[in-house]
Parts: sequence; C-alpha cells; structure tokens
Amino acid sequence: MDFNYTEEQLALQDTLRRFIARDYAFEHRRALAKSADGFDRQAWKTFADFGILALPFPEEFGGISEHGGNAVDTMLVMEMLGRGLALEPYVPTVVLCGGLIRDAGSSAQKEALLPAIAGGELMLALAHFEPGARYELDHVATTATAKGSGWQLDGAKAVVLGAPSADKLIVSARDGKEISLFLIDAKAPGVTLRAYPTQDGARAADIKLANVTVGADALIGTAGGALPIVERALDYANAALCAEAVGIMSALNEVTLEYLKTRKQFGVPIGKFQALQHRMADMVIATEQARSMATLAAVRVDSRDAAERSRSVAATKAYVTQSARLVGQQAVQLHGGMGVVDELNVAHYFKRLTMIGLTFGDADYHLGKFSDSLLAA
Amino acid sequence: MDLNFTAEEQSFREDVRRFLRAKLPAEISRKVLGGKRLEKDDFVRWQQILHAQGWGAVGWPTAFGGTGWNAVQQHIFDEECSDAGAPLQLPFGLKMVAPVIMAFGNPAQQQRFLPRIIDGSDWWCQGYSEPGSGSDLASLKMRAVRVNSPEGDHYVVNGQKTWNTLGQYADWIFCLVRTSTEGRQQEGISFLLIDMKTPGITVRPIIMLDGEHEINEVWFEDVRVPVQNLIGEENKGWTYAKFLLGHERTGIAGVGRSKRELKKLKEIARKETANGRPLIEDQRFRDRIAQVELELMALEITNLRVISAEGEKKLAPGPEASILKIKGSEIQQMLTELQMQALGHYALPWIEEALDAAWTGDALMEAYADHAAPLSGRYFNFRKTTIYGGSNEIQKNIISQMILGL
Repeated sequence: MDFNYTEEQLALQDTLRRFIARDYAFEHRRALAKSADGFDRQAWKTFADFGILALPFPEEFGGISEHGGNAVDTMLVMEMLGRGLALEPYVPTVVLCGGLIRDAGSSAQKEALLPAIAGGELMLALAHFEPGARYELDHVATTATAKGSGWQLDGAKAVVLGAPSADKLIVSARDGKEISLFLIDAKAPGVTLRAYPTQDGARAADIKLANVTVGADALIGTAGGALPIVERALDYANAALCAEAVGIMSALNEVTLEYLKTRKQFGVPIGKFQALQHRMADMVIATEQARSMATLAAVRVDSRDAAERSRSVAATKAYVTQSARLVGQQAVQLHGGMGVVDELNVAHYFKRLTMIGLTFGDADYHLGKFSDSLLAA
Repeated sequence: MDLNFTAEEQSFREDVRRFLRAKLPAEISRKVLGGKRLEKDDFVRWQQILHAQGWGAVGWPTAFGGTGWNAVQQHIFDEECSDAGAPLQLPFGLKMVAPVIMAFGNPAQQQRFLPRIIDGSDWWCQGYSEPGSGSDLASLKMRAVRVNSPEGDHYVVNGQKTWNTLGQYADWIFCLVRTSTEGRQQEGISFLLIDMKTPGITVRPIIMLDGEHEINEVWFEDVRVPVQNLIGEENKGWTYAKFLLGHERTGIAGVGRSKRELKKLKEIARKETANGRPLIEDQRFRDRIAQVELELMALEITNLRVISAEGEKKLAPGPEASILKIKGSEIQQMLTELQMQALGHYALPWIEEALDAAWTGDALMEAYADHAAPLSGRYFNFRKTTIYGGSNEIQKNIISQMILGL
C-alpha cells in the first residue's frame, strides 16, 4: 500500500498550484465568468504546455508518457483546478471525450483527435443526456437513420457541458433498438445550439439536431455499442469531478478557518465559540473522508472490471456529494452575510460544489446505483 | 383539545379567498408563483389594494387602522395570501418600525408615520447591522451627535449600515445609532428615523450570490436628522430594538409560504421524470418530500400553539420566536434544495433574463422556462434565511442561555 505521489506528480502539482496562485486569482476568474467565452484561452494554451491536456493519452497519440497518465494523475490535476475554480472545459474535452476516444475510438480517430486535444487545438463535448432523461444512461430518443453509407441524426440534447466552445460533438443516437455514438462537427448544418452560462459560471448548451448527416467514419466504437463506452467515460468524469470537489472543499476549509480566527464578535474571534469549532471540525472530517473516497475512485476507475469500476465511482460520487453539501453549506453559514455575497470566493466555491453534485448523477442516483450493486454481490 | 378551525374561522377563510380571487392582480400572482423578479411597484400596488379593503395592516390594533384580527385569523390570512401568490408584505414598515412607533413613539410621530405605512406611501428599510456588528449588534458604532441650533435641534449622523434589504427603494430608514460611549454598550444606543432623501446618505448595492440586487450598504456622512425623529428617549434604543425583535411572531415561521412551496415541489416532482416515470414515483426522492412535509406539519401545529397562547395572554418574548425562526428557515431551505434537486441537469443553466416576467422561454428552453429557471438561484439565495434576523446560532444561544439558563 502506498499513498504517496511520485516525484513527477508532485512536480506537476506544484506547477499547477503556482499557476493558480499567480495567473488565476479570484478577480481574474470572476471577470472570465462574465466574458463571452466564459474561460481563458490563454490558460488553455498554458495547460497544453504543462502537458495536462495530453495527460490521459498514450505517447503515440500525443501523450507525454508511454501508456498515458492514470486517473491518479487526473485526480491531482482536478484538485488544483478545483482550488482555482478553473472555468476551462477540461472535464468535457480531456477527461470525458478524450477518454472516450482513447478507449473506444478507431486508430484513425485517435490519430486525428487526441494529438489535437493534447496540443490545445481541439475542444469537444459529449452530447448524451436528453430533456426528461434525468440521469438515466439509456434514455436516448435521438434517432440515427441509415442514409447512404452514413446516417441522419435527429433529436435534442440537454445541458451539454462545454458545447459552446466545442469544435466537435460526440452525439449518442438510437438506430432502431441500439444506441451508437457519432462524431459530428459542432457547426454542421442542422445543428442548433442554445448556449448559456451555468450557475457556477461555466458554459453549456441545449442542442437541437435536425437532418444532420454524417458519414460512415463518424461512428465511434461499434454500431449499437454506445452504452458501455458512455458509462466508462462518465465514470472517469465523475471520478474527476469528485477530485475537483475535494480541492474546493480543502480551499473552502482554509478560508473558513481564517475567517473564524479573524472575524471578531463579542470581543473575541468567533472561532472561540465551541458551537462553531465543532462545525469546523465536522467540515474537516467530511473533507478528509471525501479525499479518501476520491482516492479510491481514482485508483478503481482504471480497473478492467467494469462492475468494480462503476460501483466504486458510484460510492464515491454519492459520498463526496454529501460531504460537499455539508462543507459548502456550513462554509456559507459560518461566514454569515459575507457567505452569500458575489464578491467573495466563498459563495462561488459553494455554487460550484452544488453543481458538481448535480452533474452526471446526484447523490441519490449514485447511492441508488451502489445500493443496487449490493444485490448483485 | 380540538385541532379543527371553528365554523367562524372557516367562513373567515372563505371571505379571504373571495377577496383574493377578486382583487389580487393576475400579473402579480403569476410572478410570485412563477418565481419571477418583483418590482417595487408590485409590492406598493398590493399594499394599496389591501389598504383599500381595510386589510393593510392585519396585525395592527384598530386604533391605528389595523384589522384587530386575532392571531388565528392573521394566520389564516397569511396562509391564503401565500397560496394565492400574493407578494409578501415586507415587514420593515408594517411589522418592525410600526409597532415600535405605536409603543414608544409620541402622538405626533404616530400621526405622521403610521398612515403612510399602511397606505403604501412610504417604503421603510432597516438600519441595524454594521460591518463590525452583526450577531454582536450592541457593539454598533454609527454615531449620532446632538447639536443645538437656531434652525432646529438635530443629530449629526456618521457611519455605515450594511445588509440593508431593498433600501434602494426606501423613503425612510430606522436606525440604531450610538449616542453615548459611557457605561454598558447597550445603554448608549438610540432609535432614529431618517429620511433617505437627506443629504449625505449613499446607498451602495451588494450583489448576492444569485446575481440579484436585494441588499445594500448605506453610508451616512454628516447627515442631519431633526431631534423630532428620535423614538422615545435617548440611549434607550436597545430596549426598543429588543421589543421589535421579540414582537413579531406570527409570520416568522413562514408556514403559509412553505406550504405553497411544498405544493410546488410536488407539482415539479410530477412533471419531472426519472426512468420514464414521474419523479414522484421514485421512492428515494418521494421520501425526501415526505420528510420535509413531516417537519412542516409539526411546525404548523407548533406555530398555531404559539399564536393561540399569545391570543389568550400577552407572552413575554420567549423561546417560541427562536423555535419558529430556526425550524421555519430550515424548512424553507430544504424546500428550495429539493426543488432544485428535482431538476437534475436542468438545475445547471443560469439564464439571467429568465427572472423577467416577460421571459417565457425560447424554442429550445420551453421546459426550462415552465418551472426550472428560478429554482437554483432561490436555493442559493435562501441560504440567507439561517443567517438573517439573528442567525440560527444566535437563536440557539437565546434558547440555551436565556431560556434554559445554561
């Protein structure tokens, strides 16, 4: 058993920590959230230079190490991006779509897409969930109709994270009974985006597909084989989101502790009051427990055993979301009025934690998934 | 023991319903029920309508134009207004400063201010908290220095108030000010009424986490306030402030509004789907609704017990107000959280214009416009409810220290 990061991992962590502190200050981040893109394209280039856009890819497709980084590397990156409340679409492009193409793409697709992602030249978004589907993976009403040697896609997709900046979309669609995945151009004729900011300052879109035609080479994986691919990619994404949440919770505990030590009422720092001391202690306990679970997910998500992988990620997402709820709500409460204003980072950390909890399955969904797995054991 | 409303109370409820059906403007109730942003005019217009009916101030004694209704009638009125989607009657004038003016103001102050509160002419706001004085309110520093002058004796006020709700619309502000630094800090505080148009007052917006402008900082620089605007005696303001905080018990629990929001939660859970079935059929989610309903059932009865007892004999401010505040705010937060959670991925979009009454969605966002748009913002906004009005931690201190003697 070894819980230590390698030298290389520690060096990367240090690089990102310094980048966030120096180039991604809260005021900069606030301005970015209100800008047209909603993120920093310069930071994206810097991420490419750091090698984190290439992190999960093997060397032959633009990666920085022979077999590509593992999910522990991703965890470390996400924790740091969480601390900075980074708005760049790292999860949609690199973790979700990059991971999906790495695991299920053809050689030609990997060659065409992964080096471009690694170099910061290509952004992607996964258009899978649909209005009314909630978090169910197989609820896909979008249709793929065979047309010539390719397909015609029609349907609607809901809250596609990172879509407004994406060059290409990975779309799930049903051909008769089975669901397949297709790579389409975000600007292809028939694709309509309704872009909007999300509650936490990121960007997403609802998407309408009408008579969108794609060639045979647009298919990712086998025809009808989408579900296990999507499930695996979402497991990676959820493991990454959990690590991001842990980074945010750590940062939130730091600012809250500082506030308890400096804010004075009744002539003493409010941290002298036992009720608040215990609250802070509960937040620290919840964060350490969440960190343990995020570590578990990062290690198990690379497992070859799909059931083991999904079960571990579901357990982690349920647990981390519950911890994040406690830490987020109490950080706001302990800050009093200062916790509910836009000008402090506290509320922004809280909003991001809340949205992580509602992305790709909430705590109840994942608890249910884990709970169901007990029957199979 | 009888938990049923009497025949008279039932018939009173019918009267209120008839009035609301006839007089509550549909464009206002649509905003309230749809979670849209309310304008100043919506609040003022509703106050004028209530006043025309003689119901402008349901908690006031008849001598000042109130209804003279008992606590149970007031509760029924609140419940029906909430259910129908009437705007909340903001408490700052009607329920906060008015009772202080009635109890401690002189007849000239009563005649000057009370009629303009009940008819909606004056919008009042509160000047209590300061940046360094939140939970520890008695440490407040805003200075008022009395100056005798041939043009009229007045106070010169300097300092800053914060967490001021909707002061951007206000005509008047009631303030706690420091008039003495001698003795205990509670003994040097006075209660002043200040015209917001007085030179030297600056209102600066504080944008909240949901992006809305609901609160402000208010700065006072050499603001001259006539001594006629002092309530009661100088340096006795803390007594009046405590009276104000303990006075208002009906409505503090927000039972009527929470019942409306519970109903809305169930409607949303019927519209949203999981596994192709209405979300309300998902047992895990339905149990969460059931749990908050239990809390609300208990609070409703607790609230009725408190206000019924109050009807029989005037209670000194006790633990009741703190219990109602704590449970009421926690329930409001649970409801906003479940409404948000019901949306799944649609909790994420933030469409700024969605709170405008005119926004009805666009081709791709119709479902979102139907009910989802305001819910996440409300969840974030409602974190304030366990912080304001004496944080829930302070309320627990009141129960444990003042009531239980710990």
